[in-house]
Amino acid sequence: MQNNANSTTVVHDRHGEAHAAYNPALLHHFAEPQQQRDAASLGMWVFLATEVMFFGGLFCAYLVYRRWYFPDFAAASKSINMWLGATNTAVLICSSLTVVLAVWAAQTARRTLLIGSLALTMLLGLVFLGIKADEYYDKFEEHHVPGASFSFENVPVPGHPGQLANPRHAQIFFSLYFVMTGLHALHMIVGLGIFTWLLTMAWKGRFTPEWHTPVEIGGLYWHFVDIVWIYLFPLLYLIDRHP
Amino acid sequence: MSTHSTSSPLKMYFAVFFALLVGTGLTVFAATLDLGRYNAAVALGIATVKATLVALFFMHVWHASEKLTKLVVIAALFFLLLLLGLTMSDYATRLWS
Amino acid sequence: MSMAPNPILQPTIPQAAERENYLNKEYGAWSWLLTTDHKRIALLYLLSITFFFFIGGFFALLIRLELLTPAGDLVQADTYNKLFTMHGMVMVFFFLIPSIPAVLGNFLVPLMIGAKDLAFPRINLISWYLYIIGGVMMLHCMLTGGVDTGWTFYAPFSTSFTNTKIVEAGLAIFVAGFSSILTGLNFVVTIHRMRAPGMTWSRLPLFIWAHYATSIIQLLGTPVIAVTIVLVAAERALHLGIFDPKLGGDPLLFQHLFWFYSHPAVYIMILPSMGVITEIIACFSRKRIFGYHFVAFSSIAIAVFGFLVWAHHMFVAGISVYSALVFSFLSYAVALPSAIKVFNWTATLYKGSIHYDAPMLYAFGFLGLFTIGGLTGLFLSALGIDVHVTDTYFVVAHFHYIMVGGAVMGYLGGMHFWWPKISGRLYPEGWARLAALIVFIGFNLTFFPQFVLGYMGMPRRYYDYSHMPEFQVLNVLSTAGATVLGVGYLLPMIYFLWSMRYGKPASDNPWNAAGLEWKTSSPPPTFNFDEEPIVTWEAYNYDELDAPHQEEVQVAK
Repeated sequence: MQNNANSTTVVHDRHGEAHAAYNPALLHHFAEPQQQRDAASLGMWVFLATEVMFFGGLFCAYLVYRRWYFPDFAAASKSINMWLGATNTAVLICSSLTVVLAVWAAQTARRTLLIGSLALTMLLGLVFLGIKADEYYDKFEEHHVPGASFSFENVPVPGHPGQLANPRHAQIFFSLYFVMTGLHALHMIVGLGIFTWLLTMAWKGRFTPEWHTPVEIGGLYWHFVDIVWIYLFPLLYLIDRHP
Repeated sequence: MSTHSTSSPLKMYFAVFFALLVGTGLTVFAATLDLGRYNAAVALGIATVKATLVALFFMHVWHASEKLTKLVVIAALFFLLLLLGLTMSDYATRLWS
Repeated sequence: MSMAPNPILQPTIPQAAERENYLNKEYGAWSWLLTTDHKRIALLYLLSITFFFFIGGFFALLIRLELLTPAGDLVQADTYNKLFTMHGMVMVFFFLIPSIPAVLGNFLVPLMIGAKDLAFPRINLISWYLYIIGGVMMLHCMLTGGVDTGWTFYAPFSTSFTNTKIVEAGLAIFVAGFSSILTGLNFVVTIHRMRAPGMTWSRLPLFIWAHYATSIIQLLGTPVIAVTIVLVAAERALHLGIFDPKLGGDPLLFQHLFWFYSHPAVYIMILPSMGVITEIIACFSRKRIFGYHFVAFSSIAIAVFGFLVWAHHMFVAGISVYSALVFSFLSYAVALPSAIKVFNWTATLYKGSIHYDAPMLYAFGFLGLFTIGGLTGLFLSALGIDVHVTDTYFVVAHFHYIMVGGAVMGYLGGMHFWWPKISGRLYPEGWARLAALIVFIGFNLTFFPQFVLGYMGMPRRYYDYSHMPEFQVLNVLSTAGATVLGVGYLLPMIYFLWSMRYGKPASDNPWNAAGLEWKTSSPPPTFNFDEEPIVTWEAYNYDELDAPHQEEVQVAK
């Protein structure tokens, strides 16, 4: 329907040269910049919907086994350093703030702020991955990585002093923990790649208040990865923490 | 998407930012309390509030110029709930009878 | 109907001998391999899926040959397991799922809505490359040993026991899945954002509605099987225990996640086919589609309901009986929108001026076969009957009626209908009608006996039925039918190739059909339309196209 509005402004050229002179970023098959922006934005939203389902399969598996093996999940969860997870949550929230600042800077043509915010976002992303790596290293040291050398013997279930966690069921928790946080970290790495490109573009001064779609949709992606973490943190780190 | 409130949205961004930080603190705090079966509900409730804040204000769904963005978000959530809900309909009732 | 070019619809541009179009604009391999033109990408897909279709068909042929005699005498048991597995994987993931969307959809979606291209042409090309990478991985997997689990990968056999190449096949499907997601993403964005002025939602051809619904499934279902494959691969590598009951896992969880995608995947195959059939029936009955909005929304309803029924594949697997009741009920619900479509097509035919050209023959074939396939689906979603016929040839016959009788009939019908637009040439009508007839006869001869076999209790996936030699007669019929069917599938390939060189040049609108794709030249220019179209008419305005006064108006102009 939004195309109805375009009908009066359409220029009948097949290859878009007339537009190209007006906006170098406009691709040949779009009638006007707004249409191109809307397409890119919708494309990212639809992609994020597929991402919801991608992580959804994992949340489904998590939900099933958490109901089945709650005590073992609680014991396994307690072995992870909650403060590293909480710090990482805060780091990601800060990075989400720098992302909206970057989008705002692009909208209002503040180049220094744009470059600064993008760089800061990437820095925070790297801090997140560093903390994550530290956490993985701890798990590796403790033999909590699923596989041949996995060991989770004699770990009490929180709140039930006499009861020990079943190592097999704890291994399912750690499997899900590594797959979920691992895929999340992979998304962070992809995000860092996107932001490197955005930073280069911003450095060259390519973004204008009229055209900064990449910053917007790159930002959408980053926020989405943040949202996934907002759920992963309580589900994986905080199952049963009370003393 | 880009042309909402022309007045500086910075105040709103920082307010949401602080709300998210407070939410994180609250989640950690709530996890240390013994709420029985409500621990999970509280944690998920706070997470959902946080996620909603990010979606509505940082991702600009609230100010989206058209309903389509909202439709995509609702559709994704709807199908996620279908996956979780119908799968759990099996697990929750498997031991009946 | 008359094949002569209709004077009303001659384009205003004079038909030069060598008009520039998307085929002759550039030559050379790179102009194809690096193209972002949706029409060229459609042809790349056409070549690739035809290749995989014949590979899958070859496996089918070996399966049918083995079953010709009760004893397991042609191949070993292990080989037979690999044959039906590879047949299923290739046909489902590398032929049926991309077939109509990636070939006809890619070609026609921008043309039908009056756009110059899909919204993301480069992503469209990437999607083809992903398909090829997945396909090469699958070929490598097949050549170096293959997989023997059945195309369903059921855990824990796939994760803990079999020694075949699960991970590689899984990754191939994972990559091909992203190709499918990107196609769906492109379609959704294109249909929302790229419609020509005046092309409102209720003027969209129903082919577009069907592809929109298909894209929803591709987008929301495929990621779930992708992550399931990740879990299977991880479990195989590290023995995690997510799906292995010995380690505390639940194999049924695998089935839930697998069928959450793989049941709706059937609608990825059948919905585009329904879209094709709708276009064909309207054109060859010379009528507006009866109940346009019902047909449009039933596509969306099928896409949504399709996600509510997956556990009917698991009725005997040990899921909760209460849950099974709900899924059984919901499975009946998905029959409603399908029935709405069949009734509306039938009502469109009623008092139509029906032409029996080859595409219409395929459409008639589709109507009958889809109805049989759909109704036997209802048998299977009834709990009691399902227990009786689970894992028998009844199931095999049922899903082949949908996936071959439905989806492939629609695909072939569509290929014939739009071939003049794609190639600029007419195919030989006589041969095409003969092929349609052969396909229909061959198909029924192959698969109808399987209903009977299944009802009598012949289990699927057995290579040896020497304890039940009385099944042989029906198996021989089925194998004979498969041979006829094979001939029926080879014929179109031969005469399509022939017509590219020797076929009569097609006019822009040889069927005198409604729809924007017929308003541009055949084959279309690279950017589809010489002038940006502005739509002022309703969809399927056959009454206006055929009305005599229309001619006067045009001539007066």
